[in-house]
Amino acid sequence: MSVLSAIRDRNPAELPGKRDEDWRWTDLRGLIRAVPEASRPVDPRELGQGPFEHLVDDSYILANGGEARIEVGAGATRVVGLRFLSRGDGAHTAKVEVAVGPGGSLRLLESYEGKGGYLAWASIEIQLAEGAAVERIVLAQDDGEAVSVSQAEVSLSPRAEYGQTVFASGARRQRLETRVAHPGGAAALRMDGVYVLSGKRHADLTTVVEHRGTDGVTMQMTKGVVRDQARGVFQGRIVVAEGADRTDARMEHHALILSDRAEVDAKPELEIYADDVACSHGNTVGALDEDALFYARQRGIPEDEGRAMLTEAFVGEVADRVRFDGAREIVRQWTAESLGA
Amino acid sequence: MLSVKNLQAAVDGKEILKGLSLEVPSGEVHAIMGPNGAGKSTLSYVLTGREGYEVTAGSASLNGEDLLALSPDERAARGVFLSFQYPLEIPGVPAITFIRTALNAQRKARGEAELAAPAFLKLAREKAEALKIDFEMLKRPLNVGFSGGEKKRMEILQMAILSPRFLILDETDSGLDIDALRIVSEGVNALRSPERSMLVITHYQRLLDYIRPDRVHVLAAGRIVASGGPELALQLEREGYDKYARAA
Repeated sequence: MSVLSAIRDRNPAELPGKRDEDWRWTDLRGLIRAVPEASRPVDPRELGQGPFEHLVDDSYILANGGEARIEVGAGATRVVGLRFLSRGDGAHTAKVEVAVGPGGSLRLLESYEGKGGYLAWASIEIQLAEGAAVERIVLAQDDGEAVSVSQAEVSLSPRAEYGQTVFASGARRQRLETRVAHPGGAAALRMDGVYVLSGKRHADLTTVVEHRGTDGVTMQMTKGVVRDQARGVFQGRIVVAEGADRTDARMEHHALILSDRAEVDAKPELEIYADDVACSHGNTVGALDEDALFYARQRGIPEDEGRAMLTEAFVGEVADRVRFDGAREIVRQWTAESLGA
Repeated sequence: MLSVKNLQAAVDGKEILKGLSLEVPSGEVHAIMGPNGAGKSTLSYVLTGREGYEVTAGSASLNGEDLLALSPDERAARGVFLSFQYPLEIPGVPAITFIRTALNAQRKARGEAELAAPAFLKLAREKAEALKIDFEMLKRPLNVGFSGGEKKRMEILQMAILSPRFLILDETDSGLDIDALRIVSEGVNALRSPERSMLVITHYQRLLDYIRPDRVHVLAAGRIVASGGPELALQLEREGYDKYARAA
């Protein structure tokens, strides 16, 4: 039962749905009556340029599916673009393996660029050897008519460092899922997300972190802004296994709902089976601070501009945590544009 | 000149201002004193157009222009500035960015050219120095984690940069120690000019030792019940508001 097998077998009954606890707010089975035919190949002239084009050493393009393997040798450094292109109304799957050797460093600039009513599934496996460092920045710009699911499995080694920021603009259904196996051993994990949704778009940011050894660190911050009839879903689970003592894990999710018909569903979970841990989560969902807005207007800032300034500042806090300068500029610009739309 | 006539206003259907009349000529500083609950803060919010403060009768104009017909930001562009009793925190927006956005929005609304970054920074540095504000502080999100005194100084800095024509100081002395009070008052006094008028709202006489008013008005139960020179503030300090509370 998975999106992959449903597409392979063209059987909608195999799609995950509300009976699966992790999918109850992103019910694909209830939504999709028939799995579309396999997508046709994309005309190479249609590939164009990705959002991070000028920053990357090289790019991997998976157009309507495909496979790729990205390797970074021990001690090497690479900036890699990973583009998932979707065109048309068909169904397709993509599979990517990423391996970073000991002490290697990778900046993975990933984008989802879609046009059409497609059903897409992507799997990304990322392995970090000891002392490796990865910053993954995901800009997910799917079509409003599409269903797009991306599932990443990350496994860290001791002293590895993994940072991730996902920027999601939603789709008919869009799910960006990341599961991390955290060995402890002073490995550091930062996992952030931003969703900015309008119209009837739906985005689901789901993360699962399993701390399996002592002295692991996880810092998580997700912020969302939903308007119109959009729906944001945040599911964050941190599991601290028995023996994973002295784990330090913090998870925050904050969302702004800017219209009466928009919705946010959030489920932050901490499961702790170890001793002497520092774990916390904070979760708020609310409207824009009207007092702050009045203050800005009293100083001469018109209402629309004031709202835009305050909401941009709200999600800007997450964008500012992106370490890679060039990419940070691009995602800040994306944030400003998607809030202005 | 600010001219308020027979102003009546309600909050949540409850009448707070009950026919308030007041004139503050250009170049003058007027103080409004009164007991808690008299409607002092309501007056400042009605004049600045805060939502939820419903004007049911009367008028308020600045230099002949009807204020009540304008949105809060339009009033600001016409020169109305309220120094908040409790300045808001604006997370994620550096103070310097906030002030520049406000200044340029006002200039745009008045049909003036926006101020370019170098000219603005020069202006901000000058004014910050005069108020003994470390310029580094302006790079931090506005008022986030600032002390009470720092927030009030930040209000005065905004005032100095935005250069409004009509200033309302709402309980500016609250939460200030003597040193901070002196710095803030000096900042306000430096802004006194023939083209500018001020309304100083305060519960205590103390602030008026530093910012000397031309006229003092007593606000009780939603109306001005007495007006006089600076000596009226001293009399209130001695005798309290009881007399006026009863009269109202």
